[in-house]
Formats: sequence, C-alpha cells, structure tokens
Amino acid sequence: MDFQLSADQKLVQEMVREFAQKELKPMAATIDQTQQFPWESLKKMAKLGLLGMIVPEEYGGGGMDFISLAVAIEEISRVCASTGVITAVNNSLVAYPILTFGNEEQKRTYLPLLCSGQKIGAFALTEPVAGSDVAGMQSSARRDGNYYVLNGAKRFITNGGEAGVYVVFAYTAPALRHKGISAFIVERGYAGFTVGKHEETMGIRATANCELMFEDCKIPVENLLGQEGDGFKIAMHTLDVSRIDIGAQAVGLAQGCLDEALRYSRERRQFGEPIANFQFIQGMLAQMATSIDAARLLVYRAAWLKDSGAKRFSVEASMAKFFASEVAVECARKAVQIHGGYGYSREFAVERMYRDAKVMEIYEGTSQVQSLVIARGLLGA
Amino acid sequence: MRIVVCIKRVPEATEALLRIDPSGKKLSEDNLTFGMNETDSYALEEALLVKERVGGSVTLVTVGPEAAEEVLRMGLAKGADEALRIAPVGVEEADPALVAQLLAAEIRPMGPELILTGCMASDDGSAQVGVYLAELLGMPHLSLVVGMEVSSTGEVTARRELEGGVLEEYRVRLPAVFTIQSGINTPRYASILGIRRAASKPLRVAAPPTGEKMLEVRQLAFPPAGKKAEILQGSPAEAAEQIASLLRSRALL
Repeated sequence: MDFQLSADQKLVQEMVREFAQKELKPMAATIDQTQQFPWESLKKMAKLGLLGMIVPEEYGGGGMDFISLAVAIEEISRVCASTGVITAVNNSLVAYPILTFGNEEQKRTYLPLLCSGQKIGAFALTEPVAGSDVAGMQSSARRDGNYYVLNGAKRFITNGGEAGVYVVFAYTAPALRHKGISAFIVERGYAGFTVGKHEETMGIRATANCELMFEDCKIPVENLLGQEGDGFKIAMHTLDVSRIDIGAQAVGLAQGCLDEALRYSRERRQFGEPIANFQFIQGMLAQMATSIDAARLLVYRAAWLKDSGAKRFSVEASMAKFFASEVAVECARKAVQIHGGYGYSREFAVERMYRDAKVMEIYEGTSQVQSLVIARGLLGA
Repeated sequence: MRIVVCIKRVPEATEALLRIDPSGKKLSEDNLTFGMNETDSYALEEALLVKERVGGSVTLVTVGPEAAEEVLRMGLAKGADEALRIAPVGVEEADPALVAQLLAAEIRPMGPELILTGCMASDDGSAQVGVYLAELLGMPHLSLVVGMEVSSTGEVTARRELEGGVLEEYRVRLPAVFTIQSGINTPRYASILGIRRAASKPLRVAAPPTGEKMLEVRQLAFPPAGKKAEILQGSPAEAAEQIASLLRSRALL
C-alpha cells in the first residue's frame, strides 16, 4: 500500500494548483454574482489539456488517469466550484461516455471538439418529473428513416446554456422500461432543439444551468450512442465514474473552506488574541481537516479502483461522493461560523462556498440515491 | 543555441508558518510546500522563448537532494529538453560559493552559449550564485535583466532596470550569464501533455566530490518581538482609518 501520488500526479497537482490560484480564484466571486459562464478560463484550461484529461492523445486529450483528473478537479474546486463542475462534466459525463460507448467516427468527431474547448459538453438526463427515478423520464425518440425524432424536456442541465455537444437520454421503447432508454449525441443547432430558461440557483451559479427543449428534434441515426436500449446502462456506468469527480469537487471545496478558515482564524483577533488560539475554533479546524482527509482518501481510492481496471466500483464511488459532499457542506458551515458575521457577508469567499456546497449532496445522485447504491452492495440486492 | 538554466527548489513561504529546525541552522521542512524559485521560473520561460525563436536546446541544472527533482520535472514538463541534478557527496547545506563551483564544473563541458538563472533565491536571498558562476566560467554577466533579444548572429541585447525605472541597455557577445528579474515575461504553465512527455526526457544525477565552502550559517532565529509594533484593533474600516491618521500624523501622507 502506498498513499503517495505518483511523480506525474504530483506535477498535475502543482500545475493545476498554481493555475487555479492565479487564474481562477480572482474570477470566482465575479462569475458567481454575474452568473457568467467562464469561457475565458475554459479556453486557457483547454490549452493546458484540462478539458479532456482522460481522453487518449489520439483524440486530442491528455491521456491521463482518473486519479489525476480527481486531483485536478479538487484543485480547481478549491477556489471555484463552478469551474470545477464544468470541468468534471466535460471530462467524465460527456467525453467519457463518448470514449467508452461511442464508435470510432463519433470519437473522431466529438472528442477533439470537447478536449479543445471548441465545444463544451452537457449531460441531459434529468427531467422536470424524473430526477432520482431515471426510468420515469418522459422524453422519447422514434426512428424515422435516417433520423431519430426526439421530443421532451430536460431540466437542471449543467453547462446546458453554453454547451455545443449534449449526451441526451430518451425512450426508444417505453414498454421495455429502463431497457428501452437510448443515448444520443445531440449538437447545439439541430432543428427542434432549444435552450429554455436559465435556472436561478443558490450556488454554482456560473454553470449555465438551463432547461432544454426538444420538439421534433431530428438527430441523425449515426448519433445514437451505443445500441438502442443501452441508454440506462450508459447513464449508470457514466455516473459511477463521474461521482468520483463530484467527490473530488467536494473535497476541493472543503479544502478551500479550511484554507479560508485557517487564514482568517490566525488574522482575526478577539479578546486581544487571534481566534485560532481558542479551543472551540481549534476543534472546528481539527474536525474539518480530519473529515477532509477521510473524504480525499475515499475519492482517491475510488479513482484508483477505476484506474486499476476494476469492473465494479459503484459502491466505492458512491461512498466517496456521499461522504465527500456531506463533508463539503459541513466544512462550509464551519468556515462561515469561524468567520462570524463576516462569513455571512458576500465580501468573504466562504459565503459563496456555503451556497456552492449544497448542490453536491443533490446532483449526480442525491445522498439518498448514494445510500441506496451502498446498501444494495451490502445486502447483495 | 545551447541554453542552460540553473534553478532551485525553495519553500513557498509567503503564507506558511515557518519553524526553525532543531539544528538551529535551517528551516524545518514539516508542513512546508516547495516549488521552483520564482525568478528561476522567469529565467526558464526566457530560455524557452529564446529556444522557440532561434532553435536549440534547454538544459536544466539544480544542486540539491532527490526531492529537488520535482522542480526539474516541472521544468521538463514546461518544455526544457533535459535535466541534471547535482548531488554533491557529503554536503548537507551548500553555500553560494560551493553551489557555483559545482554548477561551473558540470556546465563547462556542456559548452553552453547562454546561461540563465533567477536573480535571487527567495529562501536565502543571497543573489550570489549567478555572479559567482559567471566569474568561474570567465563569462560576461548581467544581473537583474528585465528584457533581452537574441539576434541570429548570436548577439544579445539585454536591459537592466536601475533605480527610478531607468533602463540600461547592453549588447553582449555570447557565451554569457544573465540573472533574470521577475516580470520579464509571463511564465507558462506546464500542460497535461507536457507532464506526460516529461517522464521520458533525460534526468541525470551527478554526484561529484564536494568543493570548497566559504560561508557557514551560524544560527537561524526569529527577531525578538519589538516593542514598537502597534497592532490595530477593530473592523477593516476602523483599522484603515487608524492607519490613515497615523500616516498623516507622521507626515507620511
């Protein structure tokens, strides 16, 4: 057993840390307030290879492992959770399923676009009436000659308003329930596809979270991802992988909260001394540091399992996402508490971080869905 | 053009809590993070820019323990071609004179046309190695370089910044040693592909016998807490007002 990152993983960590601190941190408060999608940052990140880290070089990617991706998302989210999840979605919710389930032509067409940042990806699974209950989706696509004709609506789609390539799920055979769901690669600009309202969200406000509408949207048959009926399997496998990165996002945000809390508690003086001298503050800092470390180990373990070629890592990925997202919320709460009144003010980053943290317990499977996956693993159901 | 860049691994000390090692002669490395000395990263960037303009190769050299290979790898990931770590036998802490001697002995046979290094290391701040190295190699030297252009004939025009922002321009025949000031360029970040490619670039270790030290650190200590420091209390706005009135009362504003 070895708890060290490899030499390359350390370089990724150092490079992304420096980039995030210098380039992303100064933007984080502004893009939260203006809800502005961080295109400028994403172009810089594309040049560094951060938008297609796990995509092989031949398709324009960086050819790195999942631990490196987790480390990168952690460092980005430490200063800007919005940019963190945009990166995670592009890599693991869009590039990854195209890489894993796409045919050669799909890979050659779409992966270079996603890696270079020419197009950003979005993953369209959630619907107004179907969240945790994926099979409850209403969207459907029927074959018509060389096209599938897609009808339906998707909601709360991260990157939705700014993406160019969407992985969209819809029933092709509703009678078969989850075995009748198919996945499609849909481009922005296909007739019948419109972006609806921009959600007013509590946190991760720069992620162009939007509603998508499909009215007789014609998708070329060659854009079916996998086979008809593979959609549910593709969605579940993809979510197993991407949950590792939401775990990494949560660890990053929690670490950012600890960074802020440590700095503030050394500077802020009350009763004639820095508040870091007080045991109640020290207790909160110690709890934060310990739970962050535990969450990080769970995330790296899940990523390591994926890298080692393990076929089954759903339970470990769910544990990582479940635990880390709750750690993020708890660390953000404590960081605000340590900042006192200033923590409640928009002038301090922890106010944004507290709002950004909450969604991590909700998206890509709520804590309750993660518990379900973990319990099924325990009970062998 | 054959370019050598001398770099150093240093602790990132701006926000760290510094502690002194029990030996009393160096900082404790616990809880410190390390990286490439800031001005060295400007020197590396300048070398990469010259290489991109006129062709050639960039060799990185450092003196230090195995952990110092981190900064060499990062330099390779940014685009340097090869790296050398000098690990002198039986030396714990080298002084600037010894570092320069070790560097000179390894760099001389490489026959470089241009040697760049940061103007000062952020940890010891001695700013001696570049000057010393130039002397040992018998090369001209410019310190605190803030701008340079390499012509195709192998001449370099370089500028130094003097007090009050006055620029001093030189034309220098190569080979030469320049120590680079921060701000001369914008150092690039390594890319993911650069990091992957760095793994297959040559990184050599040389373990020469030690040379001659001229300085020995006697003791490292924090200055005793003075009685003149005044710590302002209150909200940022209140503290700012107090600072303003203090500055005004001392005619500093």
